[in-house]
Amino acid sequence: MKKEFYNIAKLVTQNSKILDVGCGNGELMKYITENISKDIRGIELSKSNVQKCVEKGLTVIEGNAEKDLKQFPDGTFDFVILSQTLQAFLDPENVLNELLRIGKKAIVSIPNFGHWKVRLHLLLKGTMPVTENLPNEWYNTPNLHMCTIKDFENYCKKRDIKINLKNLRFHNFFSELGIFVLEK
Amino acid sequence: MSKFKDIKKIIVEKPLKLDCGQTINNYPLAYETYGKLNDDRSNAILIFHALTGDQFASGINPITKKDGWWNYALGPGKAIDTDKYFVIAANVIGGCMGSFGPSDINPETKKPYGTNFPVITINDMVNAQYNLLDYFKIEKLFSVIGGSMGGMQVLQFVSNFPDKALTAIPIACTASHSAQNIALNELGRQSIMADRNWQDGFYEEQNKQPDKGLAVARMAAHITYLSKAGLQEKFGRKLQERDDLKFSFDADFQIESYLRYQGSVFVDRFDANSYLYITRAMDYFDLTKKFGGNLSKAFEKSNTKFFIISFTSDWLYPTSENRDIVIALNAIGKNVGFVEISSDKGHDSFLLDVQDFLNTVKNFLNTSYKQIK
Repeated sequence: MKKEFYNIAKLVTQNSKILDVGCGNGELMKYITENISKDIRGIELSKSNVQKCVEKGLTVIEGNAEKDLKQFPDGTFDFVILSQTLQAFLDPENVLNELLRIGKKAIVSIPNFGHWKVRLHLLLKGTMPVTENLPNEWYNTPNLHMCTIKDFENYCKKRDIKINLKNLRFHNFFSELGIFVLEK
Repeated sequence: MSKFKDIKKIIVEKPLKLDCGQTINNYPLAYETYGKLNDDRSNAILIFHALTGDQFASGINPITKKDGWWNYALGPGKAIDTDKYFVIAANVIGGCMGSFGPSDINPETKKPYGTNFPVITINDMVNAQYNLLDYFKIEKLFSVIGGSMGGMQVLQFVSNFPDKALTAIPIACTASHSAQNIALNELGRQSIMADRNWQDGFYEEQNKQPDKGLAVARMAAHITYLSKAGLQEKFGRKLQERDDLKFSFDADFQIESYLRYQGSVFVDRFDANSYLYITRAMDYFDLTKKFGGNLSKAFEKSNTKFFIISFTSDWLYPTSENRDIVIALNAIGKNVGFVEISSDKGHDSFLLDVQDFLNTVKNFLNTSYKQIK
């Protein structure tokens, strides 16, 4: 399992009620189900990933986070997880608001566009950065709204979203990923 | 009725007040079982059949000698594994495979009920089948499963008996019959009633059968069970055993011949009045009605774990209607999974060899079963 998932799993509490938005093939959900809380379910857009979740015996709802989060009432979940998909939504601001509405806490990770490799790539090569966490070319990337850790922090400040910084292990220059625990 | 003499049935003594106001008792409920009930009676599954199904879901139907309607899904080692689970399937009331239906003899007149049979609802069907839990002394079912009208019964069952099923799999169904659904059913009913042999429903006592009307009803319905892409791929404009058009109203096209065949074999196994009564029950189905239009309220008291399945090419009970059920359950924080299966086989996908569907059912059941063990 990716290191990121271990770090996210450390942030959720025992037997809490969790929603994994964009749960992919269910790897993180499976780990959390087996080790931390059975009360977890996911939303996933891709049919093949939904099948992989079903094969793992996980509760998954096939759907689009951008449209389908509104069906959940306020504060339904203790934690809502969103791993590296915020930048791919058409309207990330709306998704963030929904996460903070339906979850008491939201755990959000973003690929950091401010990482030194990204900066160096653009500076030296003059082309859009392609790295391990950002493997696509500009013409086929699903990432519509790239930001840096600093951008994200500024955004949260502006919107009065509390960031639990203690859980932020990485920083703007050296971290390829930012992991945030957010509360409204 | 003698052809049903050797099939399993219980006579339900307990009176059942139907939605139409009449009360029935001492009525037959025909059923079949598959697999073995375990010692702690925790492996029982109740499956509900669709419009023209019956209790013979797997193996060979002893009356029609045809394959059971859910042979792909139900049996040893299959999605609903009868090596593991004890599966009960009943014929709905209003049906024509041994349960109380319009071709039964009315003791007062000594003639078949015909259209004097009471109008029944999905709620009545489910309440009648609930008696099987008492009969088999099952405190709690492991699962309730059904597709199409069977899915509607699943929803009704959980709503009526919120603590009687651990899991529920409604497949390709709806919580409320749409105007289009009602319209298509009405087409079938009108076709039957337009057959002069129908005789206002009293055809049996006159030794007549409204076969033509029933066959046309089936042909029309059959089209709704398939998808445009599926039909095009299978038949296209292919001609039936001829090199060119015959400039007549004979079945030039393979699709015509296919539909005629589907109609003709259907009348051998299904009763026209049952078709009227069961389609009526489907049309009357609206689970939200009792709850002021709020579907969530139908499931408020239940802790059943739901898994809802729809199919991409099903235009009769489309994904959007299945998703409405998911939304209603999520809105009250219930445990629900949902998958839309890719298939070009239309509404009928749930009856066919659609591997993703069968695997999904199997995985959900087996992991849920592990969790309770």
